Amino acid sequence: MASGEVLAIIGHNGSGKSTLLRIVATALRATRGSGSVWGADLVRDAVAIRGMVALLSTEPGVYGDLTALENLRFSAEMFGVDGSPRTLLSALERVGLGAEGDERARNMSSGMQRRLSIARLLLREPRVLLLDEPFNSLDPDGAALVNALIRETRDRGGSVLLVAHDVSRAAALPDRTVEMHDGVLFEHAAVWTPAPVSGRAP
Amino acid sequence: MNGASSGSAAWRRVRAVAWKDLTAERRTKANFNAVVAMAAMILLLFGFALGPDAEGLRNAAAGVLWLTILFSGVLAFNRSYQLELEAGALEQLLLYPGERWTIYIGKLLANLTFVFLMEAIALPLTGVLYHVAFPERWLAVLGVLVLGTVGFVSLGTLYAAMASRSRSREVLLPLLLFPMLVPVLIAASGATAALLVGDVMGDSSTWIRLLAVFDVIFLIGSTWAFPFVIEG
Repeated sequence: MASGEVLAIIGHNGSGKSTLLRIVATALRATRGSGSVWGADLVRDAVAIRGMVALLSTEPGVYGDLTALENLRFSAEMFGVDGSPRTLLSALERVGLGAEGDERARNMSSGMQRRLSIARLLLREPRVLLLDEPFNSLDPDGAALVNALIRETRDRGGSVLLVAHDVSRAAALPDRTVEMHDGVLFEHAAVWTPAPVSGRAP
Repeated sequence: MNGASSGSAAWRRVRAVAWKDLTAERRTKANFNAVVAMAAMILLLFGFALGPDAEGLRNAAAGVLWLTILFSGVLAFNRSYQLELEAGALEQLLLYPGERWTIYIGKLLANLTFVFLMEAIALPLTGVLYHVAFPERWLAVLGVLVLGTVGFVSLGTLYAAMASRSRSREVLLPLLLFPMLVPVLIAASGATAALLVGDVMGDSSTWIRLLAVFDVIFLIGSTWAFPFVIEG
C-alpha cells in the first residue's frame, strides 16, 4: 500500500478478510509467509507495529463495568498518550457521547459502544488504520464519523485498510478495491498475492 | 526509547491493567462476595467433617486454610479473564502497544490484591472455627501467607489465561492448575502448621526457603510464558 492510500477489501463471509486485518495488527500470527508494515516485520517487530496500527474491530472491545470515561482513561494509559479529563471528554463529545461520560458501557446500546470504540481511536494518530466492517451498528451520523476518520488518516499520509461487505457507505471512496477468495486477493481479475499488501512499506 | 522511559511506560501499563480489573470488581463486587462465601463454606464444611475434637481441628487448620485459599482463589482467576472475553476486549487488550508481559503483571497485582482481601477474612475465621490461638510468631505466619499466595496467584494468573479461550474454562482451570500447585501447597501448609503449633524443630525456615524458591521460579516462568499463552 502507498502512503495516504485507502484500500478496501471485499469478499464473502469466511474468505479471510478479518483474519488478514488481525495478522497485520499482530493480534494473530500468520502460519506461513511474511510481511511488514512501514518496514517493520510482522513477527520480529510486533511491538513496534502495535505502536503504528489501530484496529476498529467488529466488536467494541470495551469493558462493561467501566464508564465511558474510565474506558477511555484506560486506553490512554495503555497507549501512553494524554489522558487528561479534558482530552477524554473532547473525544467523547466528538463521537456524540459527551453526556454519557459517567455511563457504564454495559448500559449503552451496541451503536453507542461502537462510538466509544471510535473515540478510543481518536486518542492517537495511527500510521495505519485497520477497519473491520466499520459501518456495522452505526446510524448515518456514526458512519459520517468513520468517514471523517478515514479522511483524516489519509490526509496526514497514513494508510487505511478497510474490510466491508458494502463499501458504498464509505464516502471517502477507496483508492483501490480488491476482492478476497479463500485467503487470496484478486485485483482486476488477476491473482493478487498477499505479499504486496504488507511487503511494500507505505 | 531509553531504558528509564521504557521502564516507566511498562509500569504505567501494569498499573492501568491492575486499576481496570480492580475498578470493575469494586463496582460489581459479584466475584468478591462469591469468593468469600465459598471460603466460609469450605471452612465450615471441613470443620463439620473433621468433628468436634479441638486438638484434631487445630492440627488440620493449616491444611484446611490453604485448601480454602486454593479452591476460592480459582474463582477469582476465572473472573479476571471473563472481563476480557466480554465484547471482544481481549483482542483490544492485545493490540495496545508495548510488551504483553505487562498485562500479566497487571493482572497478577489485581489478583493478588483480591486473594489477600479474601485471606484477611478467611484467616480469622479459621482461627475461630479451628480453635487456633493467636500465634506468637504472627508476623512469620503472615510472611508464609504472602509467599504461598504469590506462588499460587502467579501460576493461577498464567493458567487462567491459558484456559480463557476454552469453552469449558471453569472446569479446565482447576484441572490444569491444581497438580502444578502441589509443591506450593505442601510447603505452605508445612510452614503454616509448624508456626501454628510452635515450630520447636525449626521446620518452618526450611519450608519458607522452599516457598521463596517456588515463587521466584513461578514468577519468572509465568512472566516469560504469558505472551505465548495469551496469543493462543
